[in-house]
Amino acid sequence: MQVYLDNNATTMVDPSVVEVMQPFFSEIYGNPNSLHKFGTASHPALKKAMDQVYTALNASDDDDIIFTSCATESNNWVLKSIFNDHIVNGEKNHIITTEVEHPSVYSACKALEDEGVKVTYLPVNSEGVVEAHVVKSFITDKTALVSVMWASNETGMINPIKEIGEICKEKGVLFHSDAVQAIGKIPVDLQSVHVDFVSMSAHKFHGPKGIGALYIRNSQPLSPLLHGGEHMGGRRSGTLNVPYIVAMGKAIELATTNIEEKIASIRAKRDRLEDALLELSDTFVVGNRENRTPNTILISIRGVEGEGMLWDLNNGQIGASTGSACASEDLQANTVMLAIGADNELAHTGIRLSLSRFTTDEEIDYTIEHFKKAVARLRAISSSFAKVGPTPGGESKECELHFH
Amino acid sequence: MAKNDLLGASLWDAYSNKVTTLMNNPNHQGEISEEEAAAHGNRLIVADFGAESCGDAVRLYWEVDPKTDVIVNSKFKSFGCGTAIASSDIMTELCIGKTVKEAVKITNIDVEFALRDNPETPAVPPQKMHCSVMAYDVIKKAAALYMGVDADSFEEEIIVCECARVSLKTLQEVIRLNDLTTIEQITDYTKAGGFCKSCIKPGGHEKREYYLVDILRDTRREMDEEKMKAAADAGSKGNFESMTLVQQIKAIDAQIDESIRQFLIMDGGDMEVIDVKPGDDYIDVYIRYLGACNGCASSATGTLYAIESTLKEKLSKKIRVLPI
Repeated sequence: MQVYLDNNATTMVDPSVVEVMQPFFSEIYGNPNSLHKFGTASHPALKKAMDQVYTALNASDDDDIIFTSCATESNNWVLKSIFNDHIVNGEKNHIITTEVEHPSVYSACKALEDEGVKVTYLPVNSEGVVEAHVVKSFITDKTALVSVMWASNETGMINPIKEIGEICKEKGVLFHSDAVQAIGKIPVDLQSVHVDFVSMSAHKFHGPKGIGALYIRNSQPLSPLLHGGEHMGGRRSGTLNVPYIVAMGKAIELATTNIEEKIASIRAKRDRLEDALLELSDTFVVGNRENRTPNTILISIRGVEGEGMLWDLNNGQIGASTGSACASEDLQANTVMLAIGADNELAHTGIRLSLSRFTTDEEIDYTIEHFKKAVARLRAISSSFAKVGPTPGGESKECELHFH
Repeated sequence: MAKNDLLGASLWDAYSNKVTTLMNNPNHQGEISEEEAAAHGNRLIVADFGAESCGDAVRLYWEVDPKTDVIVNSKFKSFGCGTAIASSDIMTELCIGKTVKEAVKITNIDVEFALRDNPETPAVPPQKMHCSVMAYDVIKKAAALYMGVDADSFEEEIIVCECARVSLKTLQEVIRLNDLTTIEQITDYTKAGGFCKSCIKPGGHEKREYYLVDILRDTRREMDEEKMKAAADAGSKGNFESMTLVQQIKAIDAQIDESIRQFLIMDGGDMEVIDVKPGDDYIDVYIRYLGACNGCASSATGTLYAIESTLKEKLSKKIRVLPI
């Protein structure tokens, strides 16, 4: 058996999504901007896809949902165009975001800092959550944008988007949320919260990679990132990726129809897995389950280094993820793990397991068994669990090397 | 960056088969108890290096025959990734059968080499080289405990990059000899900073005493100071071509004041030095005539010739005077 538990990284494309894409490669391949029937033949399917996305998010017809290549593009678009429209060509000079954002927000903010923008990176509490009152306390009359992720990719923790939205509305500050880890996992109703811009990506909810969108409340102004042939009403140029747009529509519909039932089913499996793993001694899971995306577990296992654990899981045909510094290209500890700061060792021992609606009970059973075996083997090797202590004078110091 | 870098390296694919095998089944994982060592009439040494909070930790056990100082048995415990476990395992293997003094000579490079499948191919990707350094450090610590000395006493030189074992002295020499100006050049010449990157600048994987950025800056500063001092000496000795630009301008001005300006002023004119541009064949001195000299027919012929020949004679044959 092989088990894929890295669904916060990407998901399997639902076979029924692949099916709806098929006609738009070699049968209905015209450019939707063309006047002839080859072009217009794609219009009904595109309209349907747009309806599916608007319905899934309960967006108003006055809002724009613009298809992009991915959430990285959507995030960059918001940040760079807000910079252009409100900082370079406006009176503002400040952006508020968090220490735990995805690199497509975090690095874009770092780049804007080089351009002279003041950026505040808000801390999270020990649960990994940004508190609304903290956001409020940093807003000034120079603040152009608040950008806070809807849910965390690493911990699954859900931020108080409704409260932050109300604060931003009251203060008259634009609010963006990277909702990549929320859409398709938890209900997102864009008429019940006040968010100006929302980024999303299809491959996180069983759609294909290379298609995403940006929601723009009330079609408000935001200068384009990509200039060109005036596609999507001039907001985002580039020939429409018809098969992928059709696929995203189908994928979001599948993910959000009867979402409460789907959540209950995934949550039950997740909770069972989490409970079983927490039977192991010296473990902890980050964040309250009730305020977490229903598919995510970030567990710390004392004495077991993350990459070593990933290795053993991989040997058992299980795909998971770790924020361990050892597993990264540059050996830098994961900034999100450090920001949570719940435990100094989390940065080295955290294992993230993320389920999907395709995860089965058998896979959970198999994972529990292999996970426990791997922990037993690695703890048997681990110096953290050794019995014979060092010769006097042979002890080593605790580490102090956690920089940002 | 080029085609082969576009996809990013797959960390695990770069591990040697030996690393993979030892990670899955380490041979010397385990502990040696005080009783066990005593039963053989041997001495037990247990040394720790690193900590779980650092991301890697190793505990090394040695059973040493006190009569011969030979390490007769060795085990390890490790909190770490696959390469840390494999490095620890091969480290114990390299220790067994050696005397403590011989074991001290084992470096991280020996450990990495022993993990290779063939001599040409590195056993681990560059950023994992750091794991083998732990082995080197913990051996030193164990040996120090056994011999009752300080672990630092084994260090003959200051190692800046532990992964590639490059010393401070080597780095300073290479920067000077090759006139290096960037960290990338230092890595190309010495491999320092090419592995875990901790030694490049503060804020990396591990806190270091010396960083390449500081060594480069300080060495460059020393080089500049020496150059300046040499130029100052050259100035006082009148060696015009070795002078700095400022010195050259001053020397030219001094010559003009001494032997040219008075004649120009007598005719109601004057001149000023605008710029000096040293080239391979000529040192071009750009001047501007002032007052009556400006537009005087002789300023492009006789006067110019007089100025140039004076500067040539007093300062350098390479001087060419160009009025603008």
